[in-house]
Amino acid sequence: MRKIISNEEFKRVLGPLAAFLLIMMFNMFFTPGFFNMQIKNGHLFGSFVDIFNRGAPVMIVAIGMTLVYATGGIDLSVGSIMAISGAVAAYMIRPDYTKGVIEYGTLPPLFAVILIPLLVAGLLGLWNGILVAYLKIQPIIATLILMVAGRGIAQLITQGQIITFEYPEFQFLGSGFLLGLPVSVILVIVMLVLVNFLTRKTALGIFIESVGSNPTASFYLGINSRVIKLFSYLFCGICAGLAGLIVTADIKGADANNCGLWYELDAIASVIIGGTVWGGRFTLFGTLLGAIIIQSITTTILSRGVAPEQILVFKAIVVMAVTLVQSSNMRKMIVDSVFVANRKTDKTVNKGLN
Amino acid sequence: MELKTIKNYIPLFATIFVFILIYTMGAMLYDNFLSLRVFLNLFLDNAFVGVIAVGMTFVILSGGIDLSVGSVVAFVCILSAKLLEVYQINPFLVVLVCLLFGVFLGTVMGAVIHFFAVPDFLVTLVGMFLCRGLAYMVDLQSIPIRDELFLAVNTMGINFGGGVNFRLISIIFIMVWAAGVYVSHYTRFGRNIYALGGDVVSANLMGIPIGKTRILVYTMSSTLAALGGLLYAVYTLSGYAAAAQGLELDAIAAVVIGGTLLTGGVGFVEGTMVGVLILGLIQTFISFQGTLSSWWTNIIIGLLIFSFILLQRFLSLRSDTDQK
Repeated sequence: MRKIISNEEFKRVLGPLAAFLLIMMFNMFFTPGFFNMQIKNGHLFGSFVDIFNRGAPVMIVAIGMTLVYATGGIDLSVGSIMAISGAVAAYMIRPDYTKGVIEYGTLPPLFAVILIPLLVAGLLGLWNGILVAYLKIQPIIATLILMVAGRGIAQLITQGQIITFEYPEFQFLGSGFLLGLPVSVILVIVMLVLVNFLTRKTALGIFIESVGSNPTASFYLGINSRVIKLFSYLFCGICAGLAGLIVTADIKGADANNCGLWYELDAIASVIIGGTVWGGRFTLFGTLLGAIIIQSITTTILSRGVAPEQILVFKAIVVMAVTLVQSSNMRKMIVDSVFVANRKTDKTVNKGLN
Repeated sequence: MELKTIKNYIPLFATIFVFILIYTMGAMLYDNFLSLRVFLNLFLDNAFVGVIAVGMTFVILSGGIDLSVGSVVAFVCILSAKLLEVYQINPFLVVLVCLLFGVFLGTVMGAVIHFFAVPDFLVTLVGMFLCRGLAYMVDLQSIPIRDELFLAVNTMGINFGGGVNFRLISIIFIMVWAAGVYVSHYTRFGRNIYALGGDVVSANLMGIPIGKTRILVYTMSSTLAALGGLLYAVYTLSGYAAAAQGLELDAIAAVVIGGTLLTGGVGFVEGTMVGVLILGLIQTFISFQGTLSSWWTNIIIGLLIFSFILLQRFLSLRSDTDQK
């Protein structure tokens, strides 16, 4: 027990954990029936379960975003990649739908419907990675290109229509249950275990943190920062692709305009709330907790009858608050004001070095 | 030294070349492409993008980025419509409120970036989502504007006869751009921005007020975005919370295509005008072509911005030593 409490990773997620408990307590008192759970057709249902179920795509995107964020980058294109991967999957199932043909033709095999969109998503991630790692374009601009152009590509694939489909095996990915758990949640667990193994049981995690916190030092240590960055963007793209498939399979349709819209904020918010530093240490469990917090905020606000678009305001405020609390200058200012010490020289050090 | 100065101008020349190229292509392919009306419409249709791009030029010159502009436009646009049509508030007051919102937001974002050393993209990304959410809070539906002043500004202009009208909206855009050119070349503030974008540490050591400059740059950008929002409201005569999505990329594209280096410190407000006109030309081209769908605009702008960044990369002297 003592070992767990003194654990570095545990200390980092303490803040988010407290925030999560606070939201849950709010719901316990103010949202009637929030913790009510029912078993329908052998599956769990209820607002609380919904947090994990609905939050699964954000969690998966956020896992990929964590790695990118830790290398000192950011990926704004995740929402668009989600839309593209969903559009590709739907297009494969009903290739003639955009031409007005209602018939399905022969259904492609399931593994193709899943693998090819993931491949496309991976290629898009690779594109981001090449722009950032090899052409040295700032991550924000490099991924902004795909954020805007990507939605255009998704619309191009669906020809501006919403491709709806019936493909039970594929839908299983979004709304199925396995061993009583939603498949999407199982996918989150699989991804988490996989990434945790890759980053914590091999040196990859340390490489990522090293490249993020001090690129020059990592270069002299002989770490190939380009490959590390390339990998993180590639992986983030695949994560976004998977999330796109889950969303598309869940609603049985590819909506190029709305699939994955605003997911970049949710993913970035999850990463920041979880305590990952921009260019530096990351924690996957913190990110997971961050995603759960974001989703519980969404579910809480939705259950109070607020329009989904307006939730953006609350999320933005939460992200800003957490960022400010984490900012070292903010902490210094608080310390300064408490101890009334004149530390002017310290303040100038941090000027403009962001 | 001399070579470096020439290098700074190469992207601008490339931009002008691309502009002439697209224009010639359009003129050869389509009958009325070369008319005065089409040319003047370039200024009208892109007035709001242009005003925002001028502000964005200063932000990028200072080494920063402002992602919030598109959402500010949407918020100001729907806010003005709501205040005018639902609450029947005096239009001049509405304009003042909207501009003050821009001043306030920009100053707050700039202050957070400077004093708390939070990355600029993060702060302005939060601003982007905040304003979009606020816009939806004002109203989920679109509101038509029937206010007399806004209607008057919409139609006002210098008439050239034959339906050719140089509208006030375009004139405001050109005035803002001219003011931007003046500020960048002939004021201390303008030179401070270049110094800040060139090298923060040296600028600080030279005694340039980097805090004041940086905050003012964001104040200016958000205020111009608010002005852009008002122009958008006047131009479309309606307010809609989902309007102007992806506008931040258009503005950034105009700046980059205009020859300003994304790393800051190098570039011209003059070029931004050409960048805006190129974006406008592409849209005109697509509407003349007729069969291309609207999403092609996004894809082509993405490709164009990519190729100009690539050009910058090859020209940039820093790239060889930069290990980041």
